[in-house]
Amino acid sequence: MKNLESDKKLDIPAKENSEGEAANMAREFATYSSRRLLLIVSICGLLAACVIIALLALTVGSVGIPFKTVWQVLISHLPFVHAQANWSAVTDMIITGIRLPRILLAGAVGTALGTAGATYQGLFRNPLADPYLIGVAQGAALGAVLGFIVPWTFGGSYLIPVMAFIGAVAAVSVVYLIARVGKTAPVTTLILAGVAIGALLMSVTSYFTMISADKVRSILSWMMGNLSYAGWDQLGIITPYIVVGLAVIFLFARPLNVMQLDEDQAEQLGINVERTKIILLGAATLITAAAVCFVGTIGFVGIIVPHIVRLIWGPDHRLLLPLSAIMGAILLILADTASRTLMAPSEIPVGVITAFIGAPFFLFLLRRTKKAVF
Amino acid sequence: MAKMEMQNVTLTYGQRSVVRELSLHIYPGELLGLVGPNGCGKTSIIKALSHVLIPDAGRILLDGQELGAISRTELARLIGVVPQNPSLPDTFTVFEVAILGRNPHLGLLSGETARDMAVVWQAMEKTGITHLAKRRIGELSGGEKQRVTIARVLAQEPQVILMDEPTANLDIFQQMDILDLITGMCREKNTAGLIAIHDLNIAAQYCTRIIMLKNGQIHAEGMPKEVVTAENVREVFGADTTVYPHPENNLPMVLPNTGCRHSGNGNKEKQANKVH
Repeated sequence: MKNLESDKKLDIPAKENSEGEAANMAREFATYSSRRLLLIVSICGLLAACVIIALLALTVGSVGIPFKTVWQVLISHLPFVHAQANWSAVTDMIITGIRLPRILLAGAVGTALGTAGATYQGLFRNPLADPYLIGVAQGAALGAVLGFIVPWTFGGSYLIPVMAFIGAVAAVSVVYLIARVGKTAPVTTLILAGVAIGALLMSVTSYFTMISADKVRSILSWMMGNLSYAGWDQLGIITPYIVVGLAVIFLFARPLNVMQLDEDQAEQLGINVERTKIILLGAATLITAAAVCFVGTIGFVGIIVPHIVRLIWGPDHRLLLPLSAIMGAILLILADTASRTLMAPSEIPVGVITAFIGAPFFLFLLRRTKKAVF
Repeated sequence: MAKMEMQNVTLTYGQRSVVRELSLHIYPGELLGLVGPNGCGKTSIIKALSHVLIPDAGRILLDGQELGAISRTELARLIGVVPQNPSLPDTFTVFEVAILGRNPHLGLLSGETARDMAVVWQAMEKTGITHLAKRRIGELSGGEKQRVTIARVLAQEPQVILMDEPTANLDIFQQMDILDLITGMCREKNTAGLIAIHDLNIAAQYCTRIIMLKNGQIHAEGMPKEVVTAENVREVFGADTTVYPHPENNLPMVLPNTGCRHSGNGNKEKQANKVH
C-alpha cells in the first residue's frame, strides 16, 4: 500500500488513469453522489421517528390514554372520516385540544432552534455558537420582562410574545449595526458586539426582575422555557415565520459550505459574503425570535442538535441543516414530554430538562466517537 | 482568453497606502512573477486583482471590462486565487474542499453533475492528492493542504490564476512539481498566471516575466535576466548578493555574499580582538 502511494506521487502529473485510479474515482463519485440519496433516506427515517415519538408522547400525561385510542381520535378528526366515537369528549379534548398543539409547538420550536443553531455555527465558523449568541435571547428576555411589569394596555394575552419578538429582532439589529465596519461586519466583531450588548440588556433585565417582586416567578419560568400555555393559535402564529425562515436557510446550504473557507476565499468563489451573512442572520434571527416569543428562551437545544447531527452525518450543510431541523423537533418533543410527566401534576421547566438530559447524552456521543467534531 | 490589467492603481489599508499608482498587465499564456521584500504590496495586489480589496484610485480591467461591472459569480468563473495561508475547515474531507471550486459554476438549487465530479477529480490528479480524497483536512500536512487549495482553484477552471506564495510550505521537489504544473497550464490552456513569490531563484527559473516591487511601486520589470540582477537585489532588498547564470539554461541564480562573516579566519580575528 505504501509503495503504491509513493508510486502515485512519482507519476505526477498523471499521464493516464491507471485502472486503480479509475476505480477510486468511480468510488468517490458514488459516495459523493449518493449524498442526495443519504439525505432523502435520513430525512424520511428521522421524520418517521419524529412522528412515532410524537404519537407516543400523546399517550402520556396526567391521564394515560392507550395508543389505540389516540390513534382512533386522530383519525376521527381527518376530513371525510366518520368514526364511531367510543371515547369521552374529555379524552378528545385532552388529545386534540391540549396535548397535540403542545407537542406540535414543541416540534416547531425545536426545529427552529436546531436549524438556527446550525446556521449560526456555520456562519460564525464557531462550534460554541448557538441561536442566542448575538443577543436574541437577551433582547427577547428584556422585551418579555417589560411586558410582564409595565401595565401596557395593548396586546392583551399576546403582549408578552409580541414584546419578546420585538426585543429579539431589535437586539440583533443593533448588534449588526454596531459591528459594521465600513461595508462589512466581521464575524469576530459581531460576536464581541453581541456579547457586550447581551450583557447590557441582561443587566437591565435582571434589575427589572429584581424590583418586580410579585412577577419574579413568571419571569423566571419564561426565561427557562415553558410550553404549558401552548395552543393552536400560537402554533398558527409562529409557523409561517419558521417555514419561511427554514426555506431561506436551506436554500443557502451550499454557500454556507463555501463560507467554511475564510471570507476572502468565499468571495473569490463567487459568494457575496456580506449579503449571504445578512440573509442568513436575518432568517436565523427570525425563526429564533418566533421560537422563543411564546415559550421562552429554551437553552441547549440550539447548540447541541447541530453537533449531534455533525457527529453522525458529517459537516456538509446540505445534510446538516435539514437534519438539524428534524433532530431539534425530536429532542424538544422528548424534553417537553419529560417536563410535563416526570413530576406530574407539577411541571419541570423544559430548559432544565434539555440541559440536564441533553448534556450527558452529548458528552457520551463525544467520548464514543473520539474525533474532532467541528 | 482573458487578459488582466491594472491602471494607475492605489491601494490603502486605513491611512497607509500600500501600493501607489501601479500599472501592470497579465497576458494569457504567461506566468508573471511578483517579487519584492515583505510588505511591498504583493498580497494587496492579488487581493485587488480578485476584487476583494477595492482600489482607492485607478482601474482594474479584465478583458477591457472593469471588475466592478462583472458579477461575483462570473468573476469566480474567470479568476482563481490561491491565497497565502488559506484557512480550511478541519472536518471537511479533501474531496469536499476541492469540489467547493465548482461553486461558481452551479446555480443555487442545482447539484454537482458527473462533469463537475470529473473536473474535480482531474484537478486532484494533477496536484497528486487523489489518494487523500477521503482524508479530513485536519489530518494533513502543510504541503498537502497547499495542494488541496491548488486543486480547488484548478477545479474552478479559471482563465486567470493568481497565486500568493503557493509554494511556501513545500519542499524543493513539491515546489518544482507545482510550478511545472502551473507553467504547463499557462502554456497549454493559455491561462494568464500571476505568482507572488519570495524565492528569487524559483521566480527566475519558472516565470516568463518578473516585476520587482519596492514600497508599492515597480522598481524593475522584464525578462528574468533583466530583473534579477545583483544591483536590483541590492537596491530593493538591501542584500549583498552575487548573481550567476544557471549552468544549463543561463537564467539568473542569486547567491548570498556571506563575505568573511562565516569564514574561520574572520571569526578568529574577531575573537582575538575581543580578548585584547
